[in-house]
Amino acid sequence: MKNKYDMLVVGGGPAGALAAKTAAEAGNTVCLIEKRPAIGTPIRCAEGIGKECLFEFIQPDPRWISAEIERARLITPNGTSVSLEQENPGNVVGYILDRKIFDRELVWQAAEAGADVFVKTRATAPIMEGGAVRGAKVMATGSPADIRADVVLAADGTEAQFARWAGLDTTVPLREMMSCAQYLLTDIDIDAASTDFYLGNDVAPEGYLWVFPKGDRTANVGIGISGRKSRDGSRAKDYLDRFIAKNFPGGKTIEAIAGGVPVCQPLPCTVADGLMVIGDAARVVDPLTGGGIGNAMYTGKLAAQVASKCISAGDCSKAALMPYDTEWRASRMGKSLERNYRVKEFFITLNDKKLNVLADSVASVGLAEFSVSALIRELIKRNPRMLFELKALKDALQ
Amino acid sequence: MLRINRDKCGYCGTCVAVCPEDALELIDAYLSLERDCIACGICARACPLGALEVVHEE
Repeated sequence: MKNKYDMLVVGGGPAGALAAKTAAEAGNTVCLIEKRPAIGTPIRCAEGIGKECLFEFIQPDPRWISAEIERARLITPNGTSVSLEQENPGNVVGYILDRKIFDRELVWQAAEAGADVFVKTRATAPIMEGGAVRGAKVMATGSPADIRADVVLAADGTEAQFARWAGLDTTVPLREMMSCAQYLLTDIDIDAASTDFYLGNDVAPEGYLWVFPKGDRTANVGIGISGRKSRDGSRAKDYLDRFIAKNFPGGKTIEAIAGGVPVCQPLPCTVADGLMVIGDAARVVDPLTGGGIGNAMYTGKLAAQVASKCISAGDCSKAALMPYDTEWRASRMGKSLERNYRVKEFFITLNDKKLNVLADSVASVGLAEFSVSALIRELIKRNPRMLFELKALKDALQ
Repeated sequence: MLRINRDKCGYCGTCVAVCPEDALELIDAYLSLERDCIACGICARACPLGALEVVHEE
């Protein structure tokens, strides 16, 4: 470990890995630190990603693809199953990853590009000089050290403490923190090409329960509920255990994890003097689906591209780094986050009866394009009598 | 004070992100109360596993 790099990346998930790889390829000296003793584990993820999101950054490899997804099914409170597929069924629309292998592949690529990588090394504080971040104090397997850098990329996920210590407020309001639990269940009957979403206030209040296949008879079965709905006896784990007792009584749990998914709006600003915030730490998780892998890779790569120019120019001030913030907000991801936030805020107001009506109206729809906006357009078209309620949705599309 | 049930804790860090005081920290797989807790109970609400409890001492 050197005591000075061009770039320091705090966190070894997909955001940090893409940032480190991109910056190293551009010729910068890069250090990536991960506080856990291993990259990729323990996971805190349902592991789903859309096809285009993935292809933008890496070609699928059977070593880290657990399942190919052809459709999504929404199962409503009254039990109606709405199957969403492309017009030509059988097309792969997404993947369930094996994050333990996938994350290692990404970090391996960063290392191969020339980045230094250290595990069991955590940032304990930013090094601040004149209000600017100039590196981090770290604890590297028990030994304290200072790592100075022209720019630090905070990629520390949901906890997002590094940016917080540097003065940005990353606290997630309770109602916008999805409290999640998941089991990797095996020996269960599932559709191995479908991601299933169970909706309803008795199933998963202000969230959803998912069954994402990891193979023919294995799946990530998990749930996210709003933090404000979480209480003793009705926590994420309680809802999940009840669902599994009813639907997969013979299932065997081979992994149990928990986690928090922020579904708030992105940070008001994702740069500061000497600092850029990327991935879940920047709160760029899709607030509707909870998906964060693609957005993490996108923001990680973009931040490193902007940072590379700033490092070369010798100016990593907030103003110089700002093009990163401006660009992601104007991007397809930025627009989609804005829209899906409004869509999410609409859906959590629906009672089960209205959810049933809406879902029934789109049962067996073939979507030309497999996307949230295509689904919403169908919902609006097919529910003229709910025009007033759906106005919020319609506005979100514009 | 905040009581952490380490047999229940899934060391996931959900509590860290909602703490208004930045009092909690997940150090590798160990949840640690690093700074002053105001016993607001937000972390206990958010915990997916019910591992946190605010205990009011007489």
